[in-house]
Amino acid sequence: MSEKVLLVDDEEDFLDAMATRMKDRGMEVSTTTSAADALKKVEEGAYDAVVLDLMMPEMDGLEVLKAMKEKRPELQIILLTGHATVQKGVEAIKFGAMDFIEKPADLKTLTEKIHQASSQRMVLVEKKIQDKIKRMIQEKGW
Amino acid sequence: MSWNWEVIGETGLQFFGKMSASISHEIKNVLAIINENAGLLEDLTVMVEKGMPLDPQRLKTPASRIMKQIRRGDDIMKGMNRFAHSVDDPLRQIDLDDTLALTCALSNRFASMRGVRLELVPPSTPVPVVTNPFFLQNLLWLCLDFAMGCAGAGKTVSLKTERTGGKAAITLSKLQDMASVETASFPGDRERALLQALNADLVIDKNTGEMALTLPVHSQG
Repeated sequence: MSEKVLLVDDEEDFLDAMATRMKDRGMEVSTTTSAADALKKVEEGAYDAVVLDLMMPEMDGLEVLKAMKEKRPELQIILLTGHATVQKGVEAIKFGAMDFIEKPADLKTLTEKIHQASSQRMVLVEKKIQDKIKRMIQEKGW
Repeated sequence: MSWNWEVIGETGLQFFGKMSASISHEIKNVLAIINENAGLLEDLTVMVEKGMPLDPQRLKTPASRIMKQIRRGDDIMKGMNRFAHSVDDPLRQIDLDDTLALTCALSNRFASMRGVRLELVPPSTPVPVVTNPFFLQNLLWLCLDFAMGCAGAGKTVSLKTERTGGKAAITLSKLQDMASVETASFPGDRERALLQALNADLVIDKNTGEMALTLPVHSQG
């Protein structure tokens, strides 16, 4: 099954090229240059992974990350940053990112992280369903 | 005349560091776009080698994006070079609008992050000034940084240079939120130190939403 990915970056020429390459590798890819639109898409659709630029106009990447995790706690988010420092990495993970990658990104590495993200999300979704079933059973007293 | 060298030095270093970091981020973005589009060209080569037919347009698009980013990268490096050379001389004749344009170019990324558009109004005549180019750019950046916080819903800061009598002036306008922003702390120590070094004046008019920086055409240094 192909992974469903949302790419978020303010540089259109970057987004278009990356999206084309990912689609050629069998992924289902949506793109947006707007943080607000990205939040809307996350709310409306189920993505296996979001690849999110850390430096976006109007809304800080970490704030976008936080907002996305609030809407979809099981969502796996990979941050893209121009300079990956330890401090930034720690902050990113603290805010709920699955991983972070420095630009320019190696597509093979990014693809592997997206596969990882998809598996991790599946585990979380299944756990959520199991917990829901358990609660239902308890409520019914079965 | 004694200047506050400690404040000027610290402010200058912070300014230089901030601009250098911003330039490095922009170059990283340029490289990332080139990387993806070069990768796309490579992918297409592999497809052709496997016998898949190829529409030439699929090559044209990534190639032209790469050329566009190379031009963008070149512009960024030209700006960086001019900025780096602004510390060469403590006093030099400059074109005020040119210096303002360079400062705006360096500040554009910050403006974009804050959703603000910088609108440079061309002067009717050139405004040559003898001054310290680096101190002036530093002060312009501090004024611009403050002005962006006052841009309001219009999210535009308009900048204009002009000659007024024996002085040169830079006006920042369309600062719709200035009346509601706390302005008591601006200008602060940093701005005052630079104003003194440049023999310049700064007037903030909350009613019209304008800031006017005036400096002598010939600074004494």
